Amino acid sequence: MSVDALRLGPDRTREYAAAVARVLVPILLALAVGGAILLILGKNPLTYYGYVVQRGMFSWGGLQETMTRMAPLLLIAAGLIVAFRAGIWNLGGDGQYLLAAVVTAALAPALIETLPRGLTLLICMITSIAVAAAWSLIPALLKARYGINEIITSLMMSFLGTSFANVLVKLFFRDPATTVPQTRSLEVVDRLPRIFGTNVHSGILIALAVVILVHFMMTRTAFGLRLQIVGANPAAAIHAGLKVGWLTVATFALSAGLIGLAGSVEILGVWGTVRADWNPAYGLLVVPLVFLARFNGIAVIGFALFFSVLMIGGESASRRIGVPQDFVLMLVGLLLVFLAVVEYLDHLRRKRAGV
Amino acid sequence: MKMDSLPSPLQSGEMTKIETTPNAAGTGAGNKPVPVAAVRHIGKRFPGVVANDDISLDFNAGEIHVLLGENGAGKSTLIGILAGMQQPDSGDILIDGRKVRLGSPRESLDHGIGTVFQHVLLVPSLTVIENLMLGGSWWQKLARAAALARFRELSDLLGVKLDPDALVGKLSLGEQQQVEIMRALWRGEKILILDEPTSMLTPQGVKDLGEVMRRLRQKGVALILITHKLAEAYELGDRISVLRLGRVVGAIPPDERRQMSEQQVTDRVIAMMFGAATPTDATQAELLLGRAEGRSARRPVDRSGAPRLRAARLSTAAERGACPLHEISFDLWPGEVLGIAGIDGNGQKHLAETLAGQRKATGGTIILDGHDITAAGVPERRRAGIRYVTDERLGEGTVGAFSVATNLLLKEIGSEPFWRRGMTDWTRIHDHAREKIQRHDIRTPSEKTPIGKLSGGNIQKVLLARELANEAGIVIFNKPTYGLDLQNTRLAHERIVESAQHGLGTIVISTDLDELLEVSDRIGVMYQGRLVGIVENGPEVELEIGKLMTGQVMTGHTNTGQAITPRAAS
Repeated sequence: MSVDALRLGPDRTREYAAAVARVLVPILLALAVGGAILLILGKNPLTYYGYVVQRGMFSWGGLQETMTRMAPLLLIAAGLIVAFRAGIWNLGGDGQYLLAAVVTAALAPALIETLPRGLTLLICMITSIAVAAAWSLIPALLKARYGINEIITSLMMSFLGTSFANVLVKLFFRDPATTVPQTRSLEVVDRLPRIFGTNVHSGILIALAVVILVHFMMTRTAFGLRLQIVGANPAAAIHAGLKVGWLTVATFALSAGLIGLAGSVEILGVWGTVRADWNPAYGLLVVPLVFLARFNGIAVIGFALFFSVLMIGGESASRRIGVPQDFVLMLVGLLLVFLAVVEYLDHLRRKRAGV
Repeated sequence: MKMDSLPSPLQSGEMTKIETTPNAAGTGAGNKPVPVAAVRHIGKRFPGVVANDDISLDFNAGEIHVLLGENGAGKSTLIGILAGMQQPDSGDILIDGRKVRLGSPRESLDHGIGTVFQHVLLVPSLTVIENLMLGGSWWQKLARAAALARFRELSDLLGVKLDPDALVGKLSLGEQQQVEIMRALWRGEKILILDEPTSMLTPQGVKDLGEVMRRLRQKGVALILITHKLAEAYELGDRISVLRLGRVVGAIPPDERRQMSEQQVTDRVIAMMFGAATPTDATQAELLLGRAEGRSARRPVDRSGAPRLRAARLSTAAERGACPLHEISFDLWPGEVLGIAGIDGNGQKHLAETLAGQRKATGGTIILDGHDITAAGVPERRRAGIRYVTDERLGEGTVGAFSVATNLLLKEIGSEPFWRRGMTDWTRIHDHAREKIQRHDIRTPSEKTPIGKLSGGNIQKVLLARELANEAGIVIFNKPTYGLDLQNTRLAHERIVESAQHGLGTIVISTDLDELLEVSDRIGVMYQGRLVGIVENGPEVELEIGKLMTGQVMTGHTNTGQAITPRAAS
């Protein structure tokens, strides 16, 4: 949070406690209700959560998977924070992510034949950022020029982007050597370098650097402050002579670009190729996470870790005790419901306190 | 509910309690009215403030009870408690002598307490009758016939004529307020609270409201009027209570009030409000009333040189809900205060925004010191010395959730020395804020406090500090004292006159004619987006301005020798 948003005063401790409660209570409630559902299904919730934590955090292989999963989540979170803080609801993340991934998957195997690895990786990332940013241009311009609600337009562009990415894989970038439609593959040795002999690729370092940079940008630069003013009070932004239209387009481009970088890093680090119909749908998954962190770039690191543990541990735990894989998604759904409830209760509390 | 329903009988115990209150003392022992509503020993604290401290007041049927007091005196808190929006920490609320708990606005309405707030809280896209039906529970069917019957009943009671199927957004502010009053009385017409109801109205609207209030009083409604205007308090109030720092510091009961002249009432009230026991305080009180120094003390403006600002045939595009400009032309000389009068919504907002550079002109030119600045945006114009103190202090003037420090620099973001190569120097920004806070006497817990938590007067001080800083050349004030108390109003007027004396060209847009008469050298009048006349300020210009405001005169006289756009034949 910016220096501004920090609530100061004599009841500061209570506000901090409330802030922590706002985050912990929904999580605990979601876990509790999820546990109750497991009980109804005749499974032991403690065993399930035990497996989640054990696999997601306390096994070497699982921890590496968790770290790997954090990279795209963090980059998407960084992209969303930029937009949400500026009051722009870029919900087109999935389309931007997939298009960037496909462009990377198409470019990388071709470039590596003539260029050194470092340059290949760099060009792929930059191109992906540009492609994702370009894909956000239509909702951005519609918003800046005509004030059309970007929630709808960016979401529609997301569906188009997802489908278009598939078309690209199946028609233009398809590797003729495979029977399943997919792009050509980037060899494992040519992918993002691993960290210290582990299986974790360096994308997590890029992601951490980016999310901290974004936090710094939002709290310590004139550009970040301008974005936040546009977000907090657009009329005040116009009054102060800010170029609201330009800032809207820039925010969209930056947000989509970072989400695109997430897609690129995931391909360059993990998959090396994009199969047809592949869509991890991280874009919308990260939205509640960013809300939990209250758009704070530092706090979001913790939540990304929590989500990654839940995803990685949850997959394996579901298999082991015999519940559907989608149980994790249900937990996320519950989390959202309780997040909204707690948010509402907190709103009432603050109203009553006359804050 | 019928209006002639009398308050229910009291138990003797509570009766005694009421008799002991200081305010009931003056009402005479013979036919002592039983208060419809009363508060007893109300206390309410907020972190760091005692908003209400042992407040006891009576509100009688058929009486207009005026509450006076500076900002922060505790009026709004008291009203909030009566309206069921806040709960007192201690004390009782009595309705017809019975203790009640007003836990929500709904409960308050159910007890027949209706509140009309300063700002209109209606849905503009719904009709009058739809707005009035909004209060029902979600499971209830909309009973239009019953609603219409009640609407007619209240129309009779108020003595107003409104079309129930008119869109609220199309009504004048005065009419919208009548709808608000109806809504407040919808579930029972026992008590009506009006929070600064005249601040948005035209002179005619104020007159109409006075009629409505007198009518309601005659019908036995207990009215509570909150105002900053002493003339209004004298004109309408039967009983006047003065609040100061959360306490009732004085009251003028009806029979006493009847025997006093306006001057006496005003002096008494001022004495109570500011505790004018010492000569210094008395002088201050005089100052507050603007008696000591009038416009006569000002030196005449020298218009022999070139004008500082020249607007020529300025026009803007129409936009929903706002009146566009139509070929506005005027000149402004250094050291001059040009007042812009007119009924709200006749293009004043567009004029201010166009001059400030935040709205594009579709035609015409703006010349500042000989340079055409029509195409320049806000930052360029600000650098050239044009400043705009907006009337929407929280709406656009500031970002409520951001600190006082940030808001003081809202229009300087990215510029040296507070930003270097785009990097924010928060230490310097906070130092700058502390200095401004001290110099301009801005009352805030700290420079990091979100500005939305400050009172209107202090937010205005922040805006003044920001806009009048460094090399201001032209200052546009839009409703500079709207919603401010006497002290802050005085302060704002002083700043306006002061800046003019320093050679600034000043434009003051206001719907308060008295204010314009006090500060202006000339007064221009806007009507339907046109500047229909500019009048040299002097004695007895009110009538002429009044005629211009209502469109009865098409061109004003041009004693400054400049062209005034005649109204096109229409």
